[in-house]
Amino acid sequence: MSGQTRPGSGKEPVGVVGIGQTKHVSARRDVSIAGLVREAAARALQDAELGWADIDAVVIGKAPDFFEGVMMPELYLADALGAVGKPMLRVHTAGSVGGSTALVAAGLVAARVHRTVLTLAFEKQSESNAMWGLSLPVPFQQPLLAGAGGFFAPHVRAYMHRTSAPDHIGALVAYKDRRNALRNPYAHLHEEDITLEKVRSSPMLWDPIRYSETCPSSDGACAMVLTDRAGAARAPRPPAWVHGGAMRSEPTLFAGKDAVSPRAGSDCAADVYRQAGITEPRREIDAVEMYVPFSWYEPMWLENLGFAEEGEGWKLTESGATELDGDLPVNPSGGVLSTNPIGASGMIRFAEAALQVRGAAGAHQVAGARRALGHAYGGGSQFFAMWLVGTEPPGT
Amino acid sequence: MKAGQRRQPQSLSHLTGRHPPLNAVPSPRVLSAPLVVEFPFTRSLGPVQSAFLSGLRDRTVLGVQASDGRVVVPPTEYDPVTSEEIRDLVEVGQEGTVTTWSWNGSPRRGQPLRHPFAWVLVRLDGADTALLHALDAPEGPDSVSTGMRVRIRWAADRAGTITDIACFEPAGDSFEPAGEREPATLPEPHTGEFADPVTGIVAPARLDYTYTPGRAQSRYLDALATHRTLGERCPRCHKVYVPPRGACPTCGVPTGEQVEVGPRGTVTTFCVVNIKARGVDIDVPYVYAHIALDGAGLALHGRIAGIPYDQVRMGLRVEPVWAESGRYPDHYRPTGEPDADYETYKELL
Repeated sequence: MSGQTRPGSGKEPVGVVGIGQTKHVSARRDVSIAGLVREAAARALQDAELGWADIDAVVIGKAPDFFEGVMMPELYLADALGAVGKPMLRVHTAGSVGGSTALVAAGLVAARVHRTVLTLAFEKQSESNAMWGLSLPVPFQQPLLAGAGGFFAPHVRAYMHRTSAPDHIGALVAYKDRRNALRNPYAHLHEEDITLEKVRSSPMLWDPIRYSETCPSSDGACAMVLTDRAGAARAPRPPAWVHGGAMRSEPTLFAGKDAVSPRAGSDCAADVYRQAGITEPRREIDAVEMYVPFSWYEPMWLENLGFAEEGEGWKLTESGATELDGDLPVNPSGGVLSTNPIGASGMIRFAEAALQVRGAAGAHQVAGARRALGHAYGGGSQFFAMWLVGTEPPGT
Repeated sequence: MKAGQRRQPQSLSHLTGRHPPLNAVPSPRVLSAPLVVEFPFTRSLGPVQSAFLSGLRDRTVLGVQASDGRVVVPPTEYDPVTSEEIRDLVEVGQEGTVTTWSWNGSPRRGQPLRHPFAWVLVRLDGADTALLHALDAPEGPDSVSTGMRVRIRWAADRAGTITDIACFEPAGDSFEPAGEREPATLPEPHTGEFADPVTGIVAPARLDYTYTPGRAQSRYLDALATHRTLGERCPRCHKVYVPPRGACPTCGVPTGEQVEVGPRGTVTTFCVVNIKARGVDIDVPYVYAHIALDGAGLALHGRIAGIPYDQVRMGLRVEPVWAESGRYPDHYRPTGEPDADYETYKELL
């Protein structure tokens, strides 16, 4: 590259010009893992009206290899993703991986390393048992006595205690997300006859978390095509522009950890807002796709991400603001509560945020959405990844 | 560094482990134990692998024709050059030529043969790529060579897996002569259709580790054996880590000072478990709690009993109850003390 610096020529603007998902279901027994990722990738290329030869690099993510028992699956997936003869990178940051994968891909375009990058994340949970993969019997260690929900339920109780939130907030979130999912043809759970009463009367698994307030186990993949300014100018459909993106990590357990509102999460959001010039997230952001695997995480993250003051997140949920027709719709796609191919879940959040600002979300479109946040977290609230996308190119 | 300079022993000295430990705490015996990770993965095959494995079950070997005309065996779903979907299946021969090989003198669990054998790449007649498998060569490595002719030995019981080919065996005398010798009939187009196709396989995976918890955890475990809970204090932030990790994850410094905590503690938060967790033999409902032992800088987890599950509360004061056997307390029970004030444990949730 030339040594001259043009005014304002820092990072290359990054546009999302293609998005593809599979129809998420509990088991895709008709396809191999290669067939599953191919389906999402082909749809993203189709959306961008590009071919395999137009892609310069592939960035792929998924949760632990133990989940399917294919070690380093990216090696075997190179031909299914058109990566032969191109750089291919694998990202892994537990449940947040779909988000961090997209950010690694965006970084390659922003740094002008590559012009057009295919990024993809997947999980085929039907090939294994994620709970098994997460609870290996490590010698000498006390076994976790409670399963995945039991790991998170005490944090939910701590949130309720800290904020005096009434018991029914979690059910409101689950009822909303399941209704939103009915508008999203790719969502896994389509509970046509869902009612608030059904959520509230579902079995209490890990008190205070009920069955209907937990996420399903899904097979699915999500892919995006990211490109530079020139690529976006050629795109057949409006791009979503990346205005900010950040990742943060912290240990799962350490003295002083705030599991209800982890510092890595709030720091990550603050970094994204700073990059995007957002000073009042509640007012300036039109839609949020946040990673809510258990219903109560919606009010918890509303506070952690700066949409509500500490202790006030549940009031935002209770007021209806986070409904599809509210002033801060959260998870219009139905969210993780309706679809959870673990490794893909974060990328689905990022992609759904992009669909909103492209005006391409179909029946779950938030009217007039111009700025949207995609959020993912993983491990025991250990990894965070977020991006903010907008209708207009950054800096305009 | 110039070639011939003998710097190597010096430059590797940091890897040899001869340095004294970084902190001065006497090293206890360091524990270790086997860790076996084992799971039967249920793999769905998709159309191409389904045809390939259904074929093996029926003693037929299929490949796929790539865009450039090459025959790929085992077949792939996507073209290795153009990435396009490829579905034109062909049948190839059951004899082939070794393209390269490696002698395996000490077979391990789960490998195709129990006695020493050769790993071989075999290009079957009619194929353009080679298949990895085992070659039964009872006469030893001297009887194996690149270019030798081999044939499939089918397993007696076949279920649609790669082990339906038990192994390869030498196909007699001949080296492949220069030029084409393949039967003109191969490869031959094949529909890939079989009666009762194999659509999935179970892929058992097993990993054998030797796990060692390290010095800090070993000290902790030794103390637990006498029903004492030993943590380590960070010299910088002064928080006491239980279980100890040998270092403070916040400050990034070694934690050498041993501190006994508990035995009493406070329930900082909890949930009531109503469904049985895998591998946990406890009647539901029961209470799973975070417990901050007195003096500890963070909570550990345990079960609360000796009180009805619906009367457990945040702030409840508890003490450990040890069973006859078991490395950890069986559960914690109320001490009868007044509940702790939220302010005293709000940062220990």
